[in-house]
Amino acid sequence: MKETKAESKRWTRIALCDDIPPREGRAVKVGNREIAIVNLGDRFLAIDNRCPHKGGPLADGIVSGTTVVCPLHAWKISLETGEGVNSASASSCIETLRTRVEHGVIFLELADNYRKGQEDGMQELPVLCVETGGTATAAESRPAT
Amino acid sequence: MKKLVVVGNGMAGIACVEQILRHSPKFEITIFGDETHVNYNRILLSSVLAGEKASDDIVLNGLDWYQQNGIDLRLGVRITGVDSQAKTVTGDDGSVTPFDKLLLATGSNPLIPSIEEVKKEGVFVFRNLDDTRALLERCRPGIKAVVIGGGLLGLEAARGLQVQGCEVTVVHLMETLMERQLDPTGGGYLAAKMNQMGITVLLGLSTTAILGNGKVEGVQFKGGGGIPADLVVIAAGIRPNVGLGHEAGLEVKRGIVVNDYMETSHPDIFAVGECVQHNGVCYGLVAPLIEQGKVLAATITGNKGPKYQGSVQAAKLKIMGVDVFSAGEIGDKLDGSEVIRYEDPALGIYRKLTLKGGKLAGVILVGDTADSHRYMDWLRTGKDLVPLRRQLLFPTPTEDAGIDVAQMADSETVCGCMGVTKGTIIQAIHESGVNTLAQLKECTRASTGCGSCTGLCQSLLKAVVPEFEEEVKRTICKCIPVAEDQLREILRSQQLKSVQEVLEIYGNGIGCEICKPALSYMLDMLWCGDHDEDRSARFINDRVHANIQKDGTFSVVPRIRGGVTSPDELRRIADVADKYRVPMVKITGSQRIDLLGVKKSDLPKIWADLGMPSGQAYTKGVRMVKTCVGTEFCRFGVQDSTSAGIEMERRFENLFTPHKVKMGAVGCPRNCAEATVKDIGLIGQEGSWQVVVGGAAGKKVRKADLLITVETTEEALAAAALFFQYYRESANYLERTYDFVERIGIEKVRKETVYAQDAAKQGLLERLRKSKERSSDAWLERDSPRHPTQFVQIKPLEEIFV
Repeated sequence: MKETKAESKRWTRIALCDDIPPREGRAVKVGNREIAIVNLGDRFLAIDNRCPHKGGPLADGIVSGTTVVCPLHAWKISLETGEGVNSASASSCIETLRTRVEHGVIFLELADNYRKGQEDGMQELPVLCVETGGTATAAESRPAT
Repeated sequence: MKKLVVVGNGMAGIACVEQILRHSPKFEITIFGDETHVNYNRILLSSVLAGEKASDDIVLNGLDWYQQNGIDLRLGVRITGVDSQAKTVTGDDGSVTPFDKLLLATGSNPLIPSIEEVKKEGVFVFRNLDDTRALLERCRPGIKAVVIGGGLLGLEAARGLQVQGCEVTVVHLMETLMERQLDPTGGGYLAAKMNQMGITVLLGLSTTAILGNGKVEGVQFKGGGGIPADLVVIAAGIRPNVGLGHEAGLEVKRGIVVNDYMETSHPDIFAVGECVQHNGVCYGLVAPLIEQGKVLAATITGNKGPKYQGSVQAAKLKIMGVDVFSAGEIGDKLDGSEVIRYEDPALGIYRKLTLKGGKLAGVILVGDTADSHRYMDWLRTGKDLVPLRRQLLFPTPTEDAGIDVAQMADSETVCGCMGVTKGTIIQAIHESGVNTLAQLKECTRASTGCGSCTGLCQSLLKAVVPEFEEEVKRTICKCIPVAEDQLREILRSQQLKSVQEVLEIYGNGIGCEICKPALSYMLDMLWCGDHDEDRSARFINDRVHANIQKDGTFSVVPRIRGGVTSPDELRRIADVADKYRVPMVKITGSQRIDLLGVKKSDLPKIWADLGMPSGQAYTKGVRMVKTCVGTEFCRFGVQDSTSAGIEMERRFENLFTPHKVKMGAVGCPRNCAEATVKDIGLIGQEGSWQVVVGGAAGKKVRKADLLITVETTEEALAAAALFFQYYRESANYLERTYDFVERIGIEKVRKETVYAQDAAKQGLLERLRKSKERSSDAWLERDSPRHPTQFVQIKPLEEIFV
């Protein structure tokens, strides 16, 4: 599991609990990244929305306990650690993010200035999967390199 | 040849006759049965009531068995008199039949407690197949059923009625359920289980009267009080049917008295089964009756020698999910006995062993009966348990089932119902060339009673017969350790309608990407669409009704029935492709058009702009019917395959199937639309259609098998519908028709579809009709999504600066 420096983080209001049905995930676009937020029934977990295998959208996977199964090639990723749990995916890992729920709102712990993410050792990720409904945010989300 | 007359065509009588047939000299045998059915497995009547088995499924000896053995079978005749001097029996049809030897196997009658006004419409006993059928006819969802009697039969009847939708209350005279088999603690665990299942249990109540004017309206208890009832089942026990014993002047106490050789007080009259009393005991369970039959067969054929020395009474409750086993002594007050108990209230598990002099004297298991055969063996053999003191409740786990089987002694019983030992099975394998389970059943009768020893029989076959191929019990995945076909029956009988519920009750409570879609399919099929649809248990394709591609985009394939489209549709498709900048438009192999590279959020808009229904190209469901132009344009066409194909697609579209179903219809045997390699194909020929099934042109190439040849298009479509629904109901999930047809065999497929009995065919078509009625075009969810964020990517609630 990769950790970024705590001092550079802040809690961001990200979605309503009702936006995500139990045992399903939804993709949220945060800067240049997509985060998968998964409703486990008793809590929400957040993880990069890119399977370490071929970048599949984990938000679209079937939830199995505390893991999610990538819809492309069935890699099984732990939502708690970001690690692959079956043999095919065992050596790979993606980033998990901390979440918190207050008054029906899901908060995500994000880097204060999101671009810092890259300096903290993250690679730039190609934009994957679905775009947001409106075209305006899609334009905003291009990272300034 | 001497004449043997058997009165009673039930399990005990016929089991004895089966044994007699193995001895010589031979008899000329006549069997009288007052029921109109051939010998069936009475133990499984509760399964018939619960809808787990059809009445045909419980037949033990079909008519052909009687014929092959030269038995004169007289059904529906009740023997009313025996003349032991003249050696004749008289039937209620006036017939007088002479005998040299007479075998009374008259069983028992239901015990009717003294209840006022018991003869009312809606009051039933539960003893034979006719009672079961009458009950099935009478019970309706929502009606109130009261079962009087909380013994084995009463509880099984209660569960059966509940499965049929009745609100069930069990009224028991004693303070403990199954008090003849359980102690109060065990009874308590059982009562809790029954309550959990939604069956109300009232204990310590004596029913004094049935209320209602001609028709039952309720029951009244001693000391006032009562409850309403639309249906009452009396299951208060049985009483040996000894009338003919008296007639014949035999010594009769509670039952007809027999000695260790199963002889009565008359040298030419014998008796077996529930109607007899041996050493002061009357037996009401099947295993002892089988043991008696073996002894009697030797005696009656002049091979006297084997002795019957009484049986260890053992009982097993046959309610799915409520495991109860009891054998031997159950009370706590045996002198010098030790009691060993284990309880886990949360899991509902209770085990109690009673030991006497270092040997097992009795056992009670509630909640987990997996070890019952081990205890039964200890009881029967009087095994010295002193060295095993540490493993009494839980044996040291063995590495695999094979070792377990190898460790069994030859004298150990495998089938408790039919009293078949391991030695007998091994002997049958070596001497009679038995190498399948079916042959084993036929030859030894093992596993034909309650069926709980089937696994053990298979392990034995596997260990001893080198070429034995296990009838593979395919489970879906590790999450649910129940064979798939059995699981279907369980879900049906237990009325489970949601994936999560199934996982919690029969699985690990979690599920995975393999079992969740499989269960989703199963529930949709079983309840004809009237289940609790849970999209979280569906693959992404079935959440957004499009096929996910390697880059996370989706493909869109509208329905183009029979491959016939129009300029207008083509224009709309072209416009959509332009408007949404669809990266690729492709003609598919199935005479359709695929729009590839579509974003999830665009899906609903594209569907609306297309104005065409979903082609289900993303799901395990009805794909399409590929057609040729048939008589419409083709010079060679002899049938209108285009219209037939479009109609077939219309009838089956929007339905889910175990795996994808691709169909074809061709207007002549030139087969231009390749119907012979489709899951279902219609092949037109002069004046008729061939309906073929199980074809493949994928990973595997297989020519379809002929299902039937029929004259009209309507008949062809009906035959296709029968197969289609049969496949939906019987195939394993992810089993294509070509694997399914090969596994089942086309002969059986025909027998269960186009050549099935009318009622069975109607059933298939009716369930298909229901499913179809509840199905709809998935793309209509564009207007009413299942969830507000089904197709959208969520936008963060607060702006994120980058």
